[in-house]
Amino acid sequence: MHIVLDPDLCQAYGNCLLAAPDVFELTEATPVVIVRQANPGEDLRAEVEEAVRSCPVQALTLEHA
Amino acid sequence: MREVVVVGASLAGLRAAETLRRQGFDGTVTLVGDEAHPPYDRPPLSKGFAGGTVGREQIHLRQSAELSATWLLGRRAVGLDTGRREVRLDGGETLGYDGLVVATGATPRRLPGLPEHLPGLHLLRTVDDALALRDELRPGARVVIVGGGFIGAELASTCRDLGLPVTVVTPLPLMVSALGPLSSAAAKRARRHGVDLIEGIAVTGVDADERVRGVRLADGGVIPADVVVVAVGVVPATDWLAGSGVELENGVVCDETLAVRGVDDVVAAGDVARWPHPALGGGLLRLEHWTNAAEQAAAAAGRLLRGSGPRFAPVPSFWSDQFGVRLQGIGLPGLADEATVVDGDASGEHFVAEYRRGGELIGALCAGTVKPLLPYRRQLVGAFA
Repeated sequence: MHIVLDPDLCQAYGNCLLAAPDVFELTEATPVVIVRQANPGEDLRAEVEEAVRSCPVQALTLEHA
Repeated sequence: MREVVVVGASLAGLRAAETLRRQGFDGTVTLVGDEAHPPYDRPPLSKGFAGGTVGREQIHLRQSAELSATWLLGRRAVGLDTGRREVRLDGGETLGYDGLVVATGATPRRLPGLPEHLPGLHLLRTVDDALALRDELRPGARVVIVGGGFIGAELASTCRDLGLPVTVVTPLPLMVSALGPLSSAAAKRARRHGVDLIEGIAVTGVDADERVRGVRLADGGVIPADVVVVAVGVVPATDWLAGSGVELENGVVCDETLAVRGVDDVVAAGDVARWPHPALGGGLLRLEHWTNAAEQAAAAAGRLLRGSGPRFAPVPSFWSDQFGVRLQGIGLPGLADEATVVDGDASGEHFVAEYRRGGELIGALCAGTVKPLLPYRRQLVGAFA
């Protein structure tokens, strides 16, 4: 499972952070979300899928590798 | 299960269909949508889309590549026969199903006493509604918005961005459904941005000649207007289910796994669905949040495929961009009896507030950054588990 963030779309809503706080990060230093784990383990799949679904601007994609 | 019909082709319907495929369903999926448009994103309609800064192509909802489905767009479901397992469409055609997802959403509530069609008088739910409204938000247009929920407040903000004079008339305090006891902060922010806000007074009618000219208030006052938008909430779209055996009560009543009560192999998701939630001690909850439509649709699709499912007990979340701030909330702050601002100023650009009901945490709200909500979310996940 591989997470791709489109920084041009991301508006830092942070819904992904709420869904999967171990995978995403938001700091005041950057205008977009930071993907801390681009290839998270399967144990995080449910959280990550929720994060992808909950992005208001569809900035996240999950590639099934 | 070989044939799944999804009635409703907006966010919930789309996410349900995608989830069926992701979970390995290889039968037929048919989506029925009463709008002629493929799924699009509604939140921008009251914001950038109405304001003209967001275009049609930017609100297209992306579809997963593996979604192979039959789309019946511009078609309305008019009946359901659960015995024969058939959805009846306008025009008399029927669609057989083994599994059915009800995701018909909601339609805007109309105000009694107002004409159904009048130039200058608008509702705002669909992209066609938004296009019609956008055309009339011209320089100098005096706008009156009836209703002070998410749509009313966001549209007022958009009008101010456009430099238009705008009055909001709302019987309830502005944004009370989201801000609960802190709604006066929303009022303060709106007024600071130049909104003429009239709270606690009902609208009884409109003045009109060939188009709308003003709004009449219960106290006898009249507010002149060139454009009037009625945004007084929505009604779940369940007319087509009348007499079908589906339990209807302010929406489609589901069990805690999102299976529709009273019938087999039918699930519901999105604005139309009402289901028992632990935050209400198992009382029925219906949410109109974007995030709920997406999450609930995924859960409902899984439930339909497996024939059983876990209890759907999410921590609701929502956002609203208005007057230069982004409000973000979790839980059900609108139901709180007590709110405490723990950081910042609720009418300012940065704040965090926690919400309690009967002394128990029921939600949290912030502006500025969503991160302070994390510990509250963890608490609520535990409380709803």
